[in-house]
Amino acid sequence: MKEWRYWVAEQRGTLLACGIFLLMFAIYTSNHPAGFTANVVETAANKGVLLAFVAMAQTLVVITAGIDLSVGMIFVLTNCVASALVVGTPMQTALGILAVLVVGVLCGALNGAIVIYGRLQPIVATIATGAVFFGIALLIRPFPGGSVNEDLADTLTGKIFGVVPASLVLLLVIVLLVWVPFRRSVLGRGAYAAGSAEAAAYMSGVPIRRAKFAAYMLSGLLAAFGGLFLTFFTYTGEAAYASGNAYTLFSIAAVVIGGVSLYGGRGSAIGAIFGALAFRTIGDLLFVFDLGALWQPLFQGVILLVAVSLGAFGLFRIRNRLEWFL
Amino acid sequence: MSDMASHGRAGYLPGFLRRADPAVLTAFACIVVLLFLGSLYSRNFLSPEYLLQQLKVASFLGVIATGMMLVVLLGQIDLSVPWTITAGAMMACAAAAYGPVGTALAMPFGILCGVLIGLVNGIGVAYLRIPSMIITLATNAVVQGLMVVYTGGSSPQDTATPAMRYVATGSILPGVPNAVIVWALVGIAMVFLLTRTGFGRTIYGIGNRERAAYLSGINTRRVVLIAFAMCGGLAAFGGVLLAGYASKAAQSMGDAYLLPSIAAVVLGGTSILGGRGSYLGTVAGVILITLLQSILSVMQMPEAGRQIIYGIVIVAMLLLYGRTPASR
Repeated sequence: MKEWRYWVAEQRGTLLACGIFLLMFAIYTSNHPAGFTANVVETAANKGVLLAFVAMAQTLVVITAGIDLSVGMIFVLTNCVASALVVGTPMQTALGILAVLVVGVLCGALNGAIVIYGRLQPIVATIATGAVFFGIALLIRPFPGGSVNEDLADTLTGKIFGVVPASLVLLLVIVLLVWVPFRRSVLGRGAYAAGSAEAAAYMSGVPIRRAKFAAYMLSGLLAAFGGLFLTFFTYTGEAAYASGNAYTLFSIAAVVIGGVSLYGGRGSAIGAIFGALAFRTIGDLLFVFDLGALWQPLFQGVILLVAVSLGAFGLFRIRNRLEWFL
Repeated sequence: MSDMASHGRAGYLPGFLRRADPAVLTAFACIVVLLFLGSLYSRNFLSPEYLLQQLKVASFLGVIATGMMLVVLLGQIDLSVPWTITAGAMMACAAAAYGPVGTALAMPFGILCGVLIGLVNGIGVAYLRIPSMIITLATNAVVQGLMVVYTGGSSPQDTATPAMRYVATGSILPGVPNAVIVWALVGIAMVFLLTRTGFGRTIYGIGNRERAAYLSGINTRRVVLIAFAMCGGLAAFGGVLLAGYASKAAQSMGDAYLLPSIAAVVLGGTSILGGRGSYLGTVAGVILITLLQSILSVMQMPEAGRQIIYGIVIVAMLLLYGRTPASR
């Protein structure tokens, strides 16, 4: 096999997600009354990037064969923190952003500490920490409100040179600054190894605990970027329970569409980004086809159900029935 | 490991304590501590009326957690419980609008809807081999979508039937609420199912190692399917009871039951990895969670503080005895 074939085989999920997204986006823009214009792209990008951050955060944990059901609540909590701190002079704003990101990292570190060093199952542990995060968010913002540095917000949710959505550029920068270095580091490889065969990785001397801990912390950081961006997008903070739950759910959907294996050890955050963009576009298709807003939850649910059922096609390749039971 | 540890203590412990699971004992000890703390705060806390009231509130969670326990024993999880509860409640109330026949069939119809949701979950998990966490999240979203379309996004106008209200709030025996009797019946049936039938033993077997159970000639996929259907049915039954209690169904009335139902099962010593756990533990977990919620609301703790304390207590208790063995 040639070199590039290995690469394609490894990136199949990501490429598939990219293909789905491009197809969906083509259908979307060709049916949109305004057509393929910079404004349509900007709106779609802003909404997609929000989910893309949360989906990347979910990916990092899923790669280690865990799951983070608190990711939506970290997103909501950082949104509330940002609505209180990211204001004032440029210096104050910068410190505020830093504080928001630190909050995200701390949330991720708490999850990681409980799951890795406390040895609790990620599902139960993160449902419980999610309740804590939501409680703190509610303490900060009992009622929706707050404000944000609007100049910065408008810059980051607007367009660069009137064409390219700034949010996409921001996403790209963060991928280059957070995901790519992590993927190439020893810790990143350790996270993949821990996800695909923890016992073997442990025996080979891979620092699995540190690797998983780093993955959880970076996951919190990425969720905090999402929360920050939500604040830029809405100008307010709100401790919304339903929205936190919805983002957790959508992040899992995006991860699945993005070709990240929920059993761990396979997939990439790039795939999850395309999964998130595709998922958002599918949701928006309803509006261009003029179906009522009431149908949107059902439509998204059915898409999710179909997406996760597609994984069942792997069953046809199984020759030994014992392989059903992983 | 834990077996050896309990053998070491066997010499000086009375028989019933020796057989008991340390997790269940810890859970009951925590209940005693909570009751003690509550009685320090208010003298009414130990009165029979208050305790019976707590038991009544606990019975709704108890019915729901019973179904969750079945699924957790298999090593799976059911995250579609919130909207299964809501769907059961809404469909039962909706059926009540269709004349006397509808009124008579309201409760079975609500439960049937839950069983159908459970069947979808079960087919996904058992036959399509989709991780239960994912397929149940997806069905939860689909059911939510269906209910939003059905109700138009607001709370439905239908009300619960008198029978539903009677089952949830009446008392057929003087002093004992019906809901508690219902929970007791469900619990007895579940204990019988788990300990005295082949189906129950199979559930433990699959939870320990599905491959081995399959090689022993068990139709493991059918058992998983039935367990998920029962979980859906019990969750919907819990929803029907809740609708009877509040005399109507409401949007997202089930959201408050996902974490408590999982927490009750896990705090009761059932391993989230499956294959280990007793119903007595789940009973302890349900009472524990209900008492905790009750104390927090008696103290007039705001919602924010309640969520924080609640999460911390669950993590803390799990750290006490819910840890998985170290990878050595």
